[in-house]
Amino acid sequence: MQTVTDKKQIRQIIFASSVGTLIEWYDFYLFGSLAPIIAMQFFPKADPTAALLSTLATFAAGFIVRPFGALVFGRLGDMVGRKYTFLLTLVLMGGSTFAIGLIPGYEKIGFAAPIIVLLLRLIQGLALGGEYGGAATYVAEHSPESKRGFYTSWIQTTATLGLLLSLGVILLTRKSLDGNEAASIKAFESWGWRIPFWFSIVLVGMSIYIRMKMNESPLFSKLKSEGKISTNPIKESLYKRSNLKMVLLALFGATMGQGVVWYTGQFYAQTFLENACKIDFEQTRTILICAIIFATPLFIVFGNLSDKIGRKWIIILGMFLAIISYRPIYQQMLKLSTTQQVVLDESQTKIESTINVGVHKDFSLRTTTTQHVYQNGITEKIVHVDTLYNSGEERAQSIDKSSKILPTNTYWAMVALIFVQILFVTMVYGPIAAFLVEIFPTKIRYTSMSLPYHLGNGVFGGLTPFIAVLLGTIYTADPLVGLWYPIAVAALSMVIGAMYLSNKIDPNVND
Amino acid sequence: MNQVKRIAGFFWIAIAFVAYAILLKTTINQIAAKPTTDTIVQWSIFAIIFLPIAIGLIIFGWLAMKGDYDQLPVSSEEVAD
Repeated sequence: MQTVTDKKQIRQIIFASSVGTLIEWYDFYLFGSLAPIIAMQFFPKADPTAALLSTLATFAAGFIVRPFGALVFGRLGDMVGRKYTFLLTLVLMGGSTFAIGLIPGYEKIGFAAPIIVLLLRLIQGLALGGEYGGAATYVAEHSPESKRGFYTSWIQTTATLGLLLSLGVILLTRKSLDGNEAASIKAFESWGWRIPFWFSIVLVGMSIYIRMKMNESPLFSKLKSEGKISTNPIKESLYKRSNLKMVLLALFGATMGQGVVWYTGQFYAQTFLENACKIDFEQTRTILICAIIFATPLFIVFGNLSDKIGRKWIIILGMFLAIISYRPIYQQMLKLSTTQQVVLDESQTKIESTINVGVHKDFSLRTTTTQHVYQNGITEKIVHVDTLYNSGEERAQSIDKSSKILPTNTYWAMVALIFVQILFVTMVYGPIAAFLVEIFPTKIRYTSMSLPYHLGNGVFGGLTPFIAVLLGTIYTADPLVGLWYPIAVAALSMVIGAMYLSNKIDPNVND
Repeated sequence: MNQVKRIAGFFWIAIAFVAYAILLKTTINQIAAKPTTDTIVQWSIFAIIFLPIAIGLIIFGWLAMKGDYDQLPVSSEEVAD
């Protein structure tokens, strides 16, 4: 027996596993999606780029600790069981997300604020490191051989849907705090950003309730009853040459390339839209949301297809398409959003100037908002802030802040470009859970598959937006220079995967 | 094909050394050019986190050269025991 053939039962298993994993991703992505606001609240710096980098560093810290979470919770999952381990990760993730929403800002408690945020972020990273492997293993160990890719691909949708949920909750909260849109945005940046973090506790509560009703994995229960569970899964995973070679192959031949393709399509794309293309905050997020909605069913399509033709070549093809397409796609994104050498429709230019007296009585701020409309339909809003001292001295306080609103046709062209990138994500990510489950034995599966997954996705993938932005600051002549990082990593992984991986579907994961 | 897999092992080792050397050189140059806390922290994180990964790629290349990937395990028993 080991697998579940009853459709209703397998649906319940997939639902219970997927909902919890989706919520963990939601929790994890909130932080990244709100990075600039969190930077203002907890990491105050004169230079906004430095503030953003500090937050991204914290973001990276969340990713870098994931492999350690994989080891800690993977070990627990292989020794205590899958069910209780991923219940624990859910509690840790939900608790730390809720707590981030409670921390007073830097202005109130000083350096304690960023330190607490950093610690909670690290706990989030650890918890996430333990979650995914548990959920994927749990579903796979209930699945028949012919549907393993299909059933586990539902788990694969959760990361993207978690991002979608976080973007949706953020946009909804940002718009609904006040009847006046500008006042609502101001309230969101002041305190409303905390609401999505608090909302997490409701989702986590529901998920814990659902997961409590689940049974332990039948394969793990069998091993336990036979007294065959591993006494030291980390040692068996990493110190035994026969298993270590598979961990290394999974990392360098699959998850490393899959990780950079995933984070380029869903995260670097967002950073690029906002910082390089200068697209408006809300439009950037709705572009991403639309592309995600259209592309998400493809995770299931490729998971299902992998049951028929094998996992390897779908993953390799996804990497290959990403490698050859990234530069043309991003070049087109720049082209679609450019206002250089485009004729300005001067009749529609509007200039508004307001003077706000700040909390300091010796100066006030003059904000000048200029709105240009170009003949390609793009509306560009430039906000310039001057400091007016009472002594009569005047100086610019910050550089101009520009954001663009795309016209409808360009907007949908941009959605299509992001969709294509997420299509590559679905190819590399849809079959990966089944692939990882199949190459490791049951007794050390949780540990063994979690480590390459989180090294590939956490370190190689998670650092993609950060490294790409840094490359852009070093080599300023090429606006697409950041793409060389995911292209190089994916190319290396593709070659290793094509040469060394097997396309054979393991008929028996019960061993 | 097995011969190609073994020869390629040498290249994985070489790539690990070259990639890490480039990372280390960039880290030193960036910190020297702008020795602020942000720069030091960011680049040090990269240098530290990618060191075990580079070592992993060296081990992978070495195992490939030794022929460990000529035949992948067919059952879990070959991996676990």
